[in-house]
Amino acid sequence: MIQFILFLSLCFLTFSILVTIFRLIKGPTAPERVQALDVIGIYLIAGVAIYSVLIRSTAFFEVILLIGILSFIGTIAFARFIERGVVIERKQSD
Amino acid sequence: MKGLNDVILRTATKVVVVIILAFSIHLFVSGHHNPGGGFIGGLAFVAAIVLLFLVSDIEKVRNNIAVDFKNVTALGVLISVFTGVGGMIGGKPFLNQVFGSVNLPIFGETGMATGVLFDVGVALAVIGASLTIIISIGEDR
Repeated sequence: MIQFILFLSLCFLTFSILVTIFRLIKGPTAPERVQALDVIGIYLIAGVAIYSVLIRSTAFFEVILLIGILSFIGTIAFARFIERGVVIERKQSD
Repeated sequence: MKGLNDVILRTATKVVVVIILAFSIHLFVSGHHNPGGGFIGGLAFVAAIVLLFLVSDIEKVRNNIAVDFKNVTALGVLISVFTGVGGMIGGKPFLNQVFGSVNLPIFGETGMATGVLFDVGVALAVIGASLTIIISIGEDR
């Protein structure tokens, strides 16, 4: 029973990622696309966690932490690009 | 560009960078039997440096890390190739690895493999190449 529920939630996560990819492609402005990318990262984390419960293994916990770190840095970089127009400053003005 | 307030990002980075660096070392050490190894450990290290680039600027980080990253790439590839050639000296194939058990003073009986040296080279090559690419792109206007 629990395995069926986990499998069903994996299917729903896949469907959610597909819907979010639609927003990623169609989204009229840049902030919506950035938010869609962040949400896809969270869905991937949830998928890996549910899969770890499904196969009763702790081997993929580093993957969760790594996806979280990369999604965090990517979101910061995109936010800085939208806010200032440049991602990495060569020399700070202040 | 002045007047933008990013106190939260600067304060969070001081903690998060340490966590990412420790996690990269954990990923590097836990290779061979778990997810990890030289490549992904080097990429996590690069992620920490990129976070420092984002909250600060390139000049400040380059002044504090006084290493030319192109030399790091060359050193890493050199270590990897010499580790691979080391197997050919004993008549074994290229990239042959030896696994042995060494009695260390504190840790006791510890298994050590020469593949770790190869992973050190891979990690250095990945760190140098990625940071060279990021700095080259970031400095271009």
